[in-house]
Amino acid sequence: MAKGIRDKVAIVGMGCTYFGEKWDQSATDMMITAAYEAYEDAGIQPKDIQAAWVGTTQAGVRGTVLSAPLKLQYIPITRIENACATGTDAFRNACYGVASGAYDIALALGVEKIKDTGYSGLETSLSRHKAQDTWVDPEVFMGMPAQFAMAATRYFHRYGLSPQDGKMTLAKISVKNHHNGTLAPKAHLHREITLEQVMNAPMFAWPLGLFDCCGVSDGSAAAIVTTPEIAKKLRKDYVLVKGLGVACGADQAQLQDDYDFTHFEETVMAAKLAYAEAGITNPREQVSMASVHDCFSITELINYEDLGFSPHGKGKEDVDSGFFALDGKLPVNTDGGLKCFGHPVGASGLRMIYELYKQLQGKADKRQLKDPKFGVSHNLGGIPGRFTCAVCVLGKQD
Amino acid sequence: MVGIVSYGAYVPWYRLGPGSVGWTAKGEKAVANCDEDSITMSVAAARNCLGDSSRKDIVALYFASTTAPYIEKSNASVVAVASDLASDIFTADFGSSLKSGTSALKAALDAARASNKQALVTAADMRTAQPRSSMDETFGDGAAAILVGSSNVIAECEDSCSVSHEMLDIWRDAGDKFERSWEDRFVIEEGYQKSLPLAISTLLKKHNLTPKDFNKVVFYAPEARRHTEMAKKLGLDPKTQVQDPMLNLVGNTGAASALMTLTAALEDAKPGDRILFAGYGDGADAFMFKVTKEIETARKPGKTMKDYLKSKKMLPDYETYMVWRGLISRAAPSRRPPFRTPSPSAMLREVDKNLRFQGTKCGACGYPQYPPQTVCTKCQAKGQGQPYSFADKKATVFTYTLDTMAPTLDPPMVVTAINFEGGGRAFTTMTDRDTKDIKVGMPVEMTFRQFYVSEGIHNYIWRCMPVR
Repeated sequence: MAKGIRDKVAIVGMGCTYFGEKWDQSATDMMITAAYEAYEDAGIQPKDIQAAWVGTTQAGVRGTVLSAPLKLQYIPITRIENACATGTDAFRNACYGVASGAYDIALALGVEKIKDTGYSGLETSLSRHKAQDTWVDPEVFMGMPAQFAMAATRYFHRYGLSPQDGKMTLAKISVKNHHNGTLAPKAHLHREITLEQVMNAPMFAWPLGLFDCCGVSDGSAAAIVTTPEIAKKLRKDYVLVKGLGVACGADQAQLQDDYDFTHFEETVMAAKLAYAEAGITNPREQVSMASVHDCFSITELINYEDLGFSPHGKGKEDVDSGFFALDGKLPVNTDGGLKCFGHPVGASGLRMIYELYKQLQGKADKRQLKDPKFGVSHNLGGIPGRFTCAVCVLGKQD
Repeated sequence: MVGIVSYGAYVPWYRLGPGSVGWTAKGEKAVANCDEDSITMSVAAARNCLGDSSRKDIVALYFASTTAPYIEKSNASVVAVASDLASDIFTADFGSSLKSGTSALKAALDAARASNKQALVTAADMRTAQPRSSMDETFGDGAAAILVGSSNVIAECEDSCSVSHEMLDIWRDAGDKFERSWEDRFVIEEGYQKSLPLAISTLLKKHNLTPKDFNKVVFYAPEARRHTEMAKKLGLDPKTQVQDPMLNLVGNTGAASALMTLTAALEDAKPGDRILFAGYGDGADAFMFKVTKEIETARKPGKTMKDYLKSKKMLPDYETYMVWRGLISRAAPSRRPPFRTPSPSAMLREVDKNLRFQGTKCGACGYPQYPPQTVCTKCQAKGQGQPYSFADKKATVFTYTLDTMAPTLDPPMVVTAINFEGGGRAFTTMTDRDTKDIKVGMPVEMTFRQFYVSEGIHNYIWRCMPVR
């Protein structure tokens, strides 16, 4: 019987670059910034790292994408790619490396350099050769906003929301995240927006407009993980890994006519794994805060329900009541989320963990929550029915 | 007895006509969407002609067009698989001449006579004329399909006669984008007005008949005025005997024109009717048909010409037409990566999936799925899937979006998840649609279209469209 990860791994150091359109920085520059901030935060030297996992979808291939810039000397390094869950999955593998007893100290680092492609959004599969399919594959003709817009259309339809009501609910989520982003110095976007702005913004993929979509930016984040025993020697306020979960879809949305688009089973299943390890039975009550994948406003709404924060179909009520606001009962995306940080794919998961880590340490400055105990981070990558989802639960020492 | 067994036409949904800003001609013409070409229109006509009837007796497919997408590489073989014909058949491309449609019909009738089996003819054209030229006013797009055979014949071919005539009236070489022609009076007087009557009179003389002996006369004409003149020259009664070639509604559809008009005539034909039929181009082909009793019980085409003439959408402006034909370019909504060239080896593996729109139906649990799956999505049984075609299945829109950022000549790209009658789901894009009419639950049907062209490879895809 698997015993799980709870309290077997501690985070002792983290680093995160400023996110944005970093025309003057390469992936290498950003990896060095994130890693050295993490080393300093942990109080360790590069030579203390025994193994590393680097998460990136397009900054390079092989473990050497990390060893070369950091000059890590002949240690085991693996590159991880798992779509938008890449960063969290790199962290998960580093945690397992420590929990297995194979390594004392491991590094997880995520990085992405998006803004050299010359495209204002993410590059889609249109330009990439894929192993399994020709051009009838949905990823060939579906842009990212379209993939999630189909969920919004169906969500509105299923729960009887008029286009106006539905869009207004989504607008409130974007307005909240933009507000939180003004309090996060490392975010890409730092400005308040109004509901009117969101409602009247240019349409990208109906019903999703400009402000329903997250930013596109470059960035990197890193974590040093070790055993709780070693952590105690390094710092007092280390943070414990309570649970990890990953789940992958199998094209159900494309193949099965009862796949509904109004909830994403990958999130439900990944959360189930992570919550079971962490001992969370009532997430709405037990979770203090969450960083959830808000690539699009509709994704955040559906995440509330799939992560067990709101009952299915009731996310709107919690949005309307401010349940997820910074001063609400369960603040979500306290740093502004992907909406304000943008989404350098491989880095996002570790950026979310960085925010929870700072909050649990009481170092989140103007956006600091009062005494959070459990934080949940969540990434969802791919297209409906073909998602990879990663959920991580962090907590304070008991 | 050899003759026509079944027929079907195809007219694109879009028209240039009254209401299209910048369109100055009096008449209307059918305009293929930017995802249509002579292959896709042929498939639409062929599927309309065949419906879900068995293909087992069809031993040949003749594809006719002067605007075939491929100069080298069979176009007929694409039409054959997308029409779900068997692979052990004879396929041939007929091209170059405006009478390639009627020539293909002649060859198919000969093949049916020799084999006692069936042969399918498709004819389609979408010629581009120089903008604002008189040809631009008359060239329309469309297709027809005729199934010929030796049993269950609805119109017996009693005889035919052809003439070949070497002259340059209109022409294009491989590098020409637009039609070329010599002086109009020469074209008409030395070409059209000589060859077509010659083929007809030679045929009728042999049988001791006159044009008066026919209930309907169906013949090609480059434009409406020339059609009227020819009817007079042949001594026909314009009220009762002449089948309207729809030149002011559909336009001159080139190699498809005469066959499309013939399908319209067959829709109204009665047992015993005699039909005189002629196509023109570098000579002429003339045919005599006698309608049989079978026409009363035979399967009708899925959509009639009358349906197609009613089901239309005016293009908002002439500029859109120019964009669709690549005559001018419109800025993309945002900079996007170029389409990748598909791999011909992957295309070869996936012919049934991509061109036949064939999925699998699980032998263990019975669930239909597209694309075809080796391991069942529902019960995970391995290797139990049986081929299952979704091409003729009706479906409904389960959810959709209007993607304004997608690279398409017809924005926004309508992306849909659709549920099929009988089970199964597909992600598709929607074509021939009015975006304001799209809603969850709307009925759609499948249509074979061109997605994009890369390195000369024409990529075809099945899309959905509102039921026409």
